[in-house]
Amino acid sequence: MIIAVASGKGGTGKTTVATGLALSLAETGQPVACLDCDVEAPNAHIFLNPTFEHRETVNQLIPAVDPDLCDGCGKCADVCQFHAIVVLGGKTLVFPELCHGCGSCTLVCPQKAIREVPKAQGILEGGPAASGGRTAAGIDFAQGLLNVGEPMAVPVISQLKKWRGLSDTDIVILDAPPGASCPVVESMRGADFALLVTEPTPFGLHDLRLAVELAREIDIPAGVIVNRDGIGDAGVDDYCREAGVPILMRIPMDRQIAEALARGESLVDAFPEYRDQFRDLHDRIVEQIVRQRVGS
Amino acid sequence: MKIAISSTDGKLDTPFNPRFGRCEYFIFVDGDTREWEAKANPAASARGGAGPQAAQFLASSGVEAAISGKFGPNAYSSLEAAGIGAYEADSGTPADLLDRFLAGTLKQVNAPTGPKRH
Repeated sequence: MIIAVASGKGGTGKTTVATGLALSLAETGQPVACLDCDVEAPNAHIFLNPTFEHRETVNQLIPAVDPDLCDGCGKCADVCQFHAIVVLGGKTLVFPELCHGCGSCTLVCPQKAIREVPKAQGILEGGPAASGGRTAAGIDFAQGLLNVGEPMAVPVISQLKKWRGLSDTDIVILDAPPGASCPVVESMRGADFALLVTEPTPFGLHDLRLAVELAREIDIPAGVIVNRDGIGDAGVDDYCREAGVPILMRIPMDRQIAEALARGESLVDAFPEYRDQFRDLHDRIVEQIVRQRVGS
Repeated sequence: MKIAISSTDGKLDTPFNPRFGRCEYFIFVDGDTREWEAKANPAASARGGAGPQAAQFLASSGVEAAISGKFGPNAYSSLEAAGIGAYEADSGTPADLLDRFLAGTLKQVNAPTGPKRH
């Protein structure tokens, strides 16, 4: 089962929820994997203290042109939607940072003058997590890290989701990036459930709507966690009721919680009573998935 | 010789636009007859790669010299491949810059002069 934790708005508590859920389920002996898909700024590792035992590079294939074979016909430039390869003055120039790695230029080249060479976009790293001083939390953790200066997060996320050793029986928890654009779509695609974390404010509501629309667009059942409950207004509750999106859990606005998180302690290490709440949350998610499948 | 000058509004007597790849217009001038016309830059709102696309536009228009403010690495290497001279200016109207170019007082650059931008 794959649960994608997303939000639209940044800073709502996605990582708090993803890591809390992972730790609570792992303690019951279930195989749990947690993948930090926020590859531009991954920080779930701060709560999970993993030992990185495996690393792999994420490469994208970019064209390399053999000037001896190239006759400057320009078919490669015509087919490239991203203007990553152009022919000027009979010379073929490649702009790697514009290339999306589709391989079309290589396919259309009549002279077979183009070959594809790997270019590093980022890395994946992972290993067993530890928490609260315990050496092993039973969580297989991995994160993607986009190289600084690289514009495209999607290939890194896509490879992260195929992290080594994941099995169908695992509960896979994906900590998605904020927003509602390509990296979030790539993170959520193929998940069984979208767990949308929001705060009960007009800001949280605005972005929650986007996240709910996105989940519906890619046909994934969704539920909401209201974090910092007690602040703001009733807008999120009203919206969820009208839109038929269940609120599955509430985490109150509490200074002690904020202080523990700010020290880098996970919610369940600082407040063990949340373990049962996260296990109940998991049961309710399973219930929602079953309901959706039976209903459709 | 055909010359291209980057411009915001396509006029000869208003300040030129120092951005090469994403300027709104290029003013094409015939250096011998001073006949000119403004054409919209098709790369102005490109999602990426505006410099190379603008250079392609100039190359296909038969331009031999480009006058702008800064040339980023992609724009510069594209112009160089196309055999188009890159000439740098800091301020002035296209009419002034044409005079300075024809008088030989504009500096030709032989390396990128600006940062990579989006």
